[in-house]
Amino acid sequence: MSEDKKRNDYENLPIILDKKLGVPIWSDVRELKLKYKMPLGKIKGFFTALSEEKILATRCPKCERTFFPPQVDCPYCRINDLDWIEVPKEGILETYTIITIKPTTFQHYEDYVLAIASFENNVKILTWLKIDDKDKIKIGMKVKLTVSKRLPEGYYIYELTP
Amino acid sequence: MRDVAILGIGHSKFGKRTDVNFLELGWEAIKEALEDSGVSQEKIDFVAVSNFGLWSSEPSPVAPLLEYAGLNPTEAIRVEAACASGSAAVKAAYMAVASGSADIALALGIEKMHESGTGDVVELLARIGNYFWEFENFGPTFVGYYALYANRYMHDFGAREEDLAKIAVKNHYYGFYNPKAQFRKKITLEDVMSSPYIAWPLKLYDCSPITDGSAAVILASEDIAKKYTDSPVWIKAIEGATATSNLSKRENFISIPSAIEAAKRAYKKAKIDLEKPYKYIDVAEVHDCFTIAEIIAYEDLGFAKRGEGFKLAREEQTYIGGSIPVNLSGGLKSKGHPIATTGVSMIVELTKQLLQRVEPERQAPINNGLALAHNVGGTGHYVFVSILSLEK
Repeated sequence: MSEDKKRNDYENLPIILDKKLGVPIWSDVRELKLKYKMPLGKIKGFFTALSEEKILATRCPKCERTFFPPQVDCPYCRINDLDWIEVPKEGILETYTIITIKPTTFQHYEDYVLAIASFENNVKILTWLKIDDKDKIKIGMKVKLTVSKRLPEGYYIYELTP
Repeated sequence: MRDVAILGIGHSKFGKRTDVNFLELGWEAIKEALEDSGVSQEKIDFVAVSNFGLWSSEPSPVAPLLEYAGLNPTEAIRVEAACASGSAAVKAAYMAVASGSADIALALGIEKMHESGTGDVVELLARIGNYFWEFENFGPTFVGYYALYANRYMHDFGAREEDLAKIAVKNHYYGFYNPKAQFRKKITLEDVMSSPYIAWPLKLYDCSPITDGSAAVILASEDIAKKYTDSPVWIKAIEGATATSNLSKRENFISIPSAIEAAKRAYKKAKIDLEKPYKYIDVAEVHDCFTIAEIIAYEDLGFAKRGEGFKLAREEQTYIGGSIPVNLSGGLKSKGHPIATTGVSMIVELTKQLLQRVEPERQAPINNGLALAHNVGGTGHYVFVSILSLEK
């Protein structure tokens, strides 16, 4: 049976044919767009500081554990409203990779360097490393934690630079 | 707690299964498990279904599956533990039988990833972990997360990309002989090394594929098992552990802490020497979602010392005849990795290995009657280590 004939069998139906097997597949008529609304009220301090180019973590005044990502609750001491502290600007590159095959919602960016850096107070941060020459990246090198504008969206976010 | 036996197993063909719909795919494994065990639907007291879903159309898949398979009005739940969901389903079914809540329980893993496009599947997998702090702004992919491990591991221990590639070559070698595998094609080191980078240093052939597939096991208490079979396989241990959602909160990027802990718990329960577990275990299935993951698994499970797992690959010690044969099914790499099915598929494979029911080219010699499954969810967010045995 030719491809054309097969297509005729499903005229006026939302049916496509599998390219390899030629079997019919119902192509969903209902398309859902998901966009989550995630409350930030309790950690708003992180985002107000971000616009002043500061990266904040939280610290428990009782056990002195530091939390990054920042969280307002210490589950160990069961106290809330933890102290805010600034993450030092200088860190060490722990590991990195270059993301070539990107998720759907990241397709519009150039290949990016995903990295984890460590800082004082037992803080590690996963973010992008912005560097012109990717061959110069070395595990163990010093990196700076900075705030820059993410384009094309135009919002401020933290990243690493050499 | 009661001892728990595996009464029957079922496994669909893995691959791009556009020839069947979600329910038909689930029934393939359920039907095979019912026929293998001799159990009829009304005898099943409890069903645990693992399905990560999101990429497939049924948002609450248990009810349609039970209806299609004639399993109503049994008791049923769905479980989720990322790529370890399958083990979580087996654990739930195990607990139901061990506790006395059920005499016969069924665990079904099912995934139909090809109902969505590749980019969307890559995205949904990448969202496993910490959505807001890691995915939203930095777009890691799953291979990207493991590439962070691979890079640091190679840096610290002097492993080479060729060492990782040898894992892919081995798993494809055995997958060639597995009729249920997605890729039944032997590959060379050159094939792996010349494949394009997905997330440096990991290449296309370091990665497991997007897979549709289902697997099922039927478990029973000792007295029930004796009525159905003379050769049950026993679940000696199925122990889990967890680790941070944020990868940035891990101590290091050379080991999976939850895998070390789960292994310790499973070995203790099965009374296996923590120092040299490979002396006891005849065959293992480990979670090779990416080649580096199998190498780290060797170390987390105690098959090799820390920093020496890649030498097992380099010296081909995990082929049949080596110190411990690993992933004779083809592993996730060649057999395929339908996310929530994988854990159940491992139990199915090891049951067949212990009963010496697999194809001769990939049958491990069974000396001690012990087999191990290592199933990782996410980047170690959940890990289950299971020990199966021919002896109760």
